[in-house]
Amino acid sequence: MLKAVLGALVPLLAAVVAFAFGAIMLLALGANPLDGLNAMLDGAFGSGSRIAATAVKATPLILVGAGIAIAFRTSVINIGGESQIIAGALLSTVVALTLPDLPAFILVPLVLLAGATGGALLGAIPGALKAYASVNEILSTIMLNLVMVQVMNYLLRGPLIDPFEMEAGTRIPQTQRLSDNAALPTLIDGTRLHIGVPVAILAAVAAYLILWRTPTGFRLRAVGHSPEAARAAGISVKRNVTLAMALSGSLAGTAGSILVFGSESQRMVTDGSAAGFTGSAGFNGIVAALFGGLHPLWTIPSAMLFGALLTGATQLQRVLQVPAALAVALNGIIVIFVISSTPVRGWLQRSLADSGLFRRSGNHSEAD
Amino acid sequence: MGSDENILEMRGITKVFPGVVANDNVDLDVRYGEVHTLLGENGAGKSTLVKILFGLYKADEGSILLRGQPIAVGSPSEAIASRIGMIHQHFMLVPTLTVAENVALGMTSSRRPFTDLDAVSRRVSEISEEHGLAVDPSVEVRRLAVGERQRVEIIKALYRDAELLVLDEPTAVLTPGEVDDLFVILRRMADAGRGLIFISHKLREVMSLSDRITVLRNGRVVGGTTPAQTSREELAQMMVGRTVRLTPEKPVLDDGPALLSVENLTVHGDRETVAVDDISFDVRSGEIFGIAGVSGNGQRELAEAIAGLRGVEPGSSIRLDGVDATGDDTRARRDRGLGFIPEERMRDGAIAEFTVSENLVLVDYGSDEFTSRGMLAFGAIGQHSRRLVDEFAVKTPGIDTPTSSLSGGNIQKVILARELSASPTVLLACQPTRGVDIGAAEYIHTRLIEQRSIGTATILISEDLDEVLGLADRIAVMYEGEIVAIVPAEEATRDKVGLLMAGVVDPAPQTNS
Repeated sequence: MLKAVLGALVPLLAAVVAFAFGAIMLLALGANPLDGLNAMLDGAFGSGSRIAATAVKATPLILVGAGIAIAFRTSVINIGGESQIIAGALLSTVVALTLPDLPAFILVPLVLLAGATGGALLGAIPGALKAYASVNEILSTIMLNLVMVQVMNYLLRGPLIDPFEMEAGTRIPQTQRLSDNAALPTLIDGTRLHIGVPVAILAAVAAYLILWRTPTGFRLRAVGHSPEAARAAGISVKRNVTLAMALSGSLAGTAGSILVFGSESQRMVTDGSAAGFTGSAGFNGIVAALFGGLHPLWTIPSAMLFGALLTGATQLQRVLQVPAALAVALNGIIVIFVISSTPVRGWLQRSLADSGLFRRSGNHSEAD
Repeated sequence: MGSDENILEMRGITKVFPGVVANDNVDLDVRYGEVHTLLGENGAGKSTLVKILFGLYKADEGSILLRGQPIAVGSPSEAIASRIGMIHQHFMLVPTLTVAENVALGMTSSRRPFTDLDAVSRRVSEISEEHGLAVDPSVEVRRLAVGERQRVEIIKALYRDAELLVLDEPTAVLTPGEVDDLFVILRRMADAGRGLIFISHKLREVMSLSDRITVLRNGRVVGGTTPAQTSREELAQMMVGRTVRLTPEKPVLDDGPALLSVENLTVHGDRETVAVDDISFDVRSGEIFGIAGVSGNGQRELAEAIAGLRGVEPGSSIRLDGVDATGDDTRARRDRGLGFIPEERMRDGAIAEFTVSENLVLVDYGSDEFTSRGMLAFGAIGQHSRRLVDEFAVKTPGIDTPTSSLSGGNIQKVILARELSASPTVLLACQPTRGVDIGAAEYIHTRLIEQRSIGTATILISEDLDEVLGLADRIAVMYEGEIVAIVPAEEATRDKVGLLMAGVVDPAPQTNS
């Protein structure tokens, strides 16, 4: 019981301490921390449309985070969220360009599916390389991030560029405005809340169900905890490592197509960098997943928190005239505190156990 | 036998952990020059007692007298300063450092701030020579065999001039040959006047090494004796608290059809050398086929090849129930009726983080019985798990308890329950009772014999010669990757099989069936 309370309390405490650090930084910049907090809360939750904006910001983080949970539970480190997002976005863009006239009720699911497929492919490649050729997946996913940026830049500057940009000679690397039939329908008028948000939440729930309620998830977790025991039980480690990366990638890829078809511009644009398109969701999703204890369901509120941080930071910058980099710094500080809270939690539990304040649940005796 | 003077007296030691009384008013005295054995099941409180002596735990009650003087040991460094040495069950060595560096680790150099490794090496050589502990001080520890690493641990203690030496289950990781060597060394150290506390639950070893024996059960001293006054059976009874059958009874069965046929099997080891060299044998229905041998003679590779975890060389053939299974993976072989109890329980047999229930269905989670509409059927899985926990008397708070919190014997019962519940036609049991309590071992043996009675073909790979001699109908002895002889149980004696294990092939005509 106490263990569970500590489990939830320590990361929250870490967040509070991180915010305290943020307050110190605001003071150093000559701003009032309380005003700062106010501005952030106002920016993130101040109105219906702001809450919607926060949820929309959180959407890719939920998807990537749920995917990260699947990969990490299988003991595969997926740092390739960025490349998988881009691949999903590109494939769904191609689908929307090829089949612009399909009715929305077919085209919207189709572009989302295309996104998932593109991401799955970019996940399966490093997964299979790890499984069948022992290529370190951290290296291969990071390398693929770099590769996919260039693929995106090439396609958006060449084959996929808006024909109008060619005519006008401006050559901005972006696609033409994509079919309105592919646009993600908004759920509440006047806000940006689109169906990508519930899709992401459902995907996280599905990730949870897959991991803990299906034979597939049983295999993935078995491989994640002990490849040797899984193998001896007749579970293919290679197949499941590849599958985990493909599933993880498919969620990131879905985020990619949501970024394109949930945007106001309704087109894919590049500024030459990965972050310019993804907003670093491929990395921030990892943070959201870690903050959520690598549990797909806890990733949802955790991603919301980081979404709020992102939208709140915009307001913070506007009201207090402080650099937007402050939000990035705050983000980083939270990560450091949350990650270092794991040993703190273990230490707390041990010292409480030693003091005899609570009894262990299992028969985990120290005798012999 | 030692002198009458005590080097150590522990009086009325009591230690309570949350929910467990690990030591309950325990008395122990050790004389100069004797090997005093602490005997007891896992969890009896042996390790707790010596950890208190070594300053790793603090006793709630009781006193310790060392050389007649009361002492309070607050930490291991104080224990070492009082000339108490401890050889832990798991070695405390840095693999990438040399023997001399490991010995010097944590000590003050005579040439501070520089090292004095030459001096250390010289002293290590002296100690090795004096005590017959052959080890080269300049070799990196990672290059040493397990038995040699243990010698380094002993040298470490002797280097610190330990007069009272505690050995916590030192034989658990050793081969029979290494055990013999160790015992010669230990005896010599005792004869030189040191006091030794030997912790074990292996009765044969206890009988051969000890001067005196103190038996612990559930944290209490239940008796003290000497090997001359007792027997293995009596010791087992004291440990467990009830009568134990050390040699199981087997019904006589008729020969059944061969369910496992291995022909011309050649398997490479991890370093691409030949580990199993062209061996052939059949295992029949209702037969336990024992494979004896000193560890490292190809048994592990043989087991992995039969389980489908290791590739075989061309020309090899493995048939399960008459059907060629050489190209099958582990899943397919299991589907054909192969049950597999792996040697490394915690690495290959069960997943520590999984619950007892999850480990019980680690093989069959996907069967129709345990799934419905693509989802795991937790109702059916729970029912199945509760039934197995009951039937196999697994001691666990519940089926959703993490397996890591169970004792070794109970984890082994979980694995056994899983493998037997699938009604295997061929059962591959590797070291099924290694490190397991006597009570659990007895139970596992009974189940293996039951399995034999219902017609399973069992391959029993074990380094415990008593186990193989007690259970097997035929005994194959492996030496350097080959089966040097297959001996029917009635002709197998300890001496005969022991010689074969050492590679000495009986000059008398050997029986191959």
